[in-house]
Amino acid sequence: MSRPGAVLEVDRNSPPTLFHFGEGVRLERLPLGSRILYPPDPLEPIAHPERAIRRALAHPLDDDPLKDLLRPGMKLTIAFDDLSLPLPPMAQPDVRQLVMEEVVELAAEAGVEDIHLIVATGLHRRMTEDEIRHIVGDRIFTTFWPDCLYNHDAEDEGENVRIGQTSDGHEVTLNRRAAESDLVVYVNLTLVPMDGGHKSMATGLASYRGIRAHHNVETLLGSRSYMHPPDSQLHHSCIQQGRLIEDHVRVFHIETSVNNHAFPTVANFMQKRETDWTPADQATYLALKQLSDFAPRDLKRTIFHSMKAPYGLTGVNAGQVDQVHERTLDVVRKQMTVEVDGQTDIVTMGLPYLGPYNVNSILNPVLVVCLGLGYLFNLYRGRPVVREGGVVIMTHPCRYEFDSVHHPSYIDFYDEVLADTTDPGQIESKYERRFAEDDWYRQLFRKSHAYHGVHPFYAWYWAAHALDHVGDVIVVGGEREVVHRLGFKAATTLADAFEMAEQTVGRYPSVSHLRTPPLLLADVR
Amino acid sequence: MLALQYVRSLPRYALVRATGGRAGVATGDFSLLHLGDVQEPEPPNGSWRRVLPSLAGICGSDTAAITGHASLYLDPLTSYPFVPGHEVVGILAGDGARVVVEPALGCEVRGLSPLCARCVEGRPGLCQRVDEGDLAVGLQTGYCCSTGGGWGEVLIAHESQLHEVPPALSDEAAVLIEPFACSVHAALRGAAGAEDVVVVQGTGTIGLLTLAAIKLFCPPRRLIAVAKHPFQRQQALRLGADQVIRPDEVFQRIRFATEARRLDGPNLSLLLGGADLTFECTGTAAGLDDAFRYTRAGGKVVAVGMPGRESVDWGPIWQRELTVMGAYAYGTEATGARTFDMALAAAPELGLEQLTGPLFQLSEYRDAIAYAVQAGRRSTAKVAFDLRGLRL
Ligand SMILES: [Zn+2]
Ligand SMILES: [Zn+2]
Repeated sequence: MSRPGAVLEVDRNSPPTLFHFGEGVRLERLPLGSRILYPPDPLEPIAHPERAIRRALAHPLDDDPLKDLLRPGMKLTIAFDDLSLPLPPMAQPDVRQLVMEEVVELAAEAGVEDIHLIVATGLHRRMTEDEIRHIVGDRIFTTFWPDCLYNHDAEDEGENVRIGQTSDGHEVTLNRRAAESDLVVYVNLTLVPMDGGHKSMATGLASYRGIRAHHNVETLLGSRSYMHPPDSQLHHSCIQQGRLIEDHVRVFHIETSVNNHAFPTVANFMQKRETDWTPADQATYLALKQLSDFAPRDLKRTIFHSMKAPYGLTGVNAGQVDQVHERTLDVVRKQMTVEVDGQTDIVTMGLPYLGPYNVNSILNPVLVVCLGLGYLFNLYRGRPVVREGGVVIMTHPCRYEFDSVHHPSYIDFYDEVLADTTDPGQIESKYERRFAEDDWYRQLFRKSHAYHGVHPFYAWYWAAHALDHVGDVIVVGGEREVVHRLGFKAATTLADAFEMAEQTVGRYPSVSHLRTPPLLLADVR
Repeated sequence: MLALQYVRSLPRYALVRATGGRAGVATGDFSLLHLGDVQEPEPPNGSWRRVLPSLAGICGSDTAAITGHASLYLDPLTSYPFVPGHEVVGILAGDGARVVVEPALGCEVRGLSPLCARCVEGRPGLCQRVDEGDLAVGLQTGYCCSTGGGWGEVLIAHESQLHEVPPALSDEAAVLIEPFACSVHAALRGAAGAEDVVVVQGTGTIGLLTLAAIKLFCPPRRLIAVAKHPFQRQQALRLGADQVIRPDEVFQRIRFATEARRLDGPNLSLLLGGADLTFECTGTAAGLDDAFRYTRAGGKVVAVGMPGRESVDWGPIWQRELTVMGAYAYGTEATGARTFDMALAAAPELGLEQLTGPLFQLSEYRDAIAYAVQAGRRSTAKVAFDLRGLRL
């Protein structure tokens, strides 16, 4: 049995606490009485993944066995989540590969010849050949690439069809191949409760016209949090679109989940509570600290991004979307949930080198905000861990650094938009359209490996709820000019940050530290 | 009289150039510039007046000549030895009136009649008879051995060269009227349209003044300045730039402003689309190369900053069908107004004195030249000599 998540209080005997700091780590002393939120230990993985997958396909939830849905002459499309998750990427074989090999085998046995596999990138960047190969494995790759295995192209006018409008008046579009298929099999990997369900099809195979229905400031301010779908307008909107899609095309959903075994043996200490560190863990910490303090930036980045996680499969469910997703969420929550008693004045978080939008790339300043105030802040159920008007303290070097191939519109977003305003509502009304329709971004999105022109806006909207909720944000160790551009306060040390925070929340504040990654979901009572 | 004099020596010129033209070397043992007691210039006839300079600016063209970077093209258009200094505010000997000097030495100044074709057009800066008349060869006061220049106690000026300075204008502002007139002329030559995106590349004195002139005389839809140093950024915004960008981000930012596409080559990027009109005020190969690649096909590049023998890529000029035009000096503009009068009328609103300083004595010329070469980095635009103490 793995240990459940825990909230430990800092006392005189507590060792210093691990903070991620971009491509580096720090040990910090938190004030006595601070609480540290630890995620549960990795759940015991399913012993025989292939067997579990076969079972799920043969005994789906509220649906016929996949085998019975396959017939010769049919048009079959397999759509799957891109490499934005899990984080870090999964060591091979990726569970999506195992699932897809099974699906393809069943299709072949049933005499299906017209099979396309589509990476459901939505408005994410096109995955590279290597990245796709990493997800699907060699066998599928060599069989289908490139004519029948490719990235969704949300900006290809001819290859996206409008399939209708929701009762709220939102447009729904779908990848043409999927829309015209007799059956779409969606292969998902759910890392956090935001992923999967109706959102898979409604964003992964959609276009800007469809996605903007829920990727906007109003919806995200109404999603408290978007990591808990029942309280998330984002998800209500996706469900509406998803239902329309299911009315239009037959979809068979396969969802998988993995445990939080996020770090390979070399970085095992990151996985553990500091009190559990062995001398070997201490030594690897020190070695990594040395490396991250002194190694050139590019080298560090290469080393960190080459880390692949030894996740174990914790769930695989197939069939109708709602039932499937319910089961998936149960396991994901079990893996992530930490029960927390009440809010605190301050929440601290150490931001790592990686978020969902910079696999094999740079966590630029806009993505730092997205990761800290978007993802980590929203990993709650009930109420945020930090109280309204409280302070979030994040540690990250926050350099003026961008990947010009993956994030060209992020550069302009930072330099043009944030120079003007950091208010999500203003940003949306004043600038979104201009970026979304920029011809060059569109070109790079379609032909190179750039995120869609509008994507930095979404990254910023992700943080809208947090920006609305907190009184102040302080970044420790960040480049001052950058931190100010983001609209935050800059501190050199954690101690300075606490002192600055007291001006907002008063003396002797209560403090929670999110000891993450691995990710945790705070169930705040 | 006390003056700084520039003595011609091709070997020395080659030598200071070869050492990289660092200011310390250029004003050291091999200096082309000498401080000394110099013969006062003689007025050729009654149309000439003696002017006692108060402030005299150090222009980029001056430092280029001193550090060996000026174009040798200018050599036969210059008479030696000369007293430099063509950005001059001073007083008239006798009545003490405050004046600025319009330095171009065209037919009228030279006593030539009839005027050459360019002078008839009101462009004495382009005079075709600069080797004739009452003066030795020379394009401008400050590059002619007959007139003296601003870096000496006394110069002589033809009455057509004199413009009275309104009381509202301090000496520190008035010393910038000559470069400002150049900028006004450049702005009018570029003639930005109201819907244009215009870039001013380089924000030294000329760049800043060109920004101001564009904003005043032909304001475009968007005016972008390329600036290196904080002082330049701040002044560029004050003088009318809508946006200030760094030299290393021109392709990123101008692409965005013009909704162009960008392609990255092995050395430099290029834009498909780009700025409608660019004022190149650095006069450097790097500045020109960038300008030719971010100005849209069919667009215009106005060379305002003085270039020398620069190695630039002509590929984009050819393929993009660019119009590249020089903008030199001033005269009488299409409206019939003299550029200097336009500059004098507009100047009081601009707070030009913020661009001037520090001031040096003639005897401190080594420091002055070194300072001028690094003006932007040292948070100033115009370094000048202060000669007011010499007449006490
Ligand atoms: Zn000049
Ligand atoms: Zn003439």
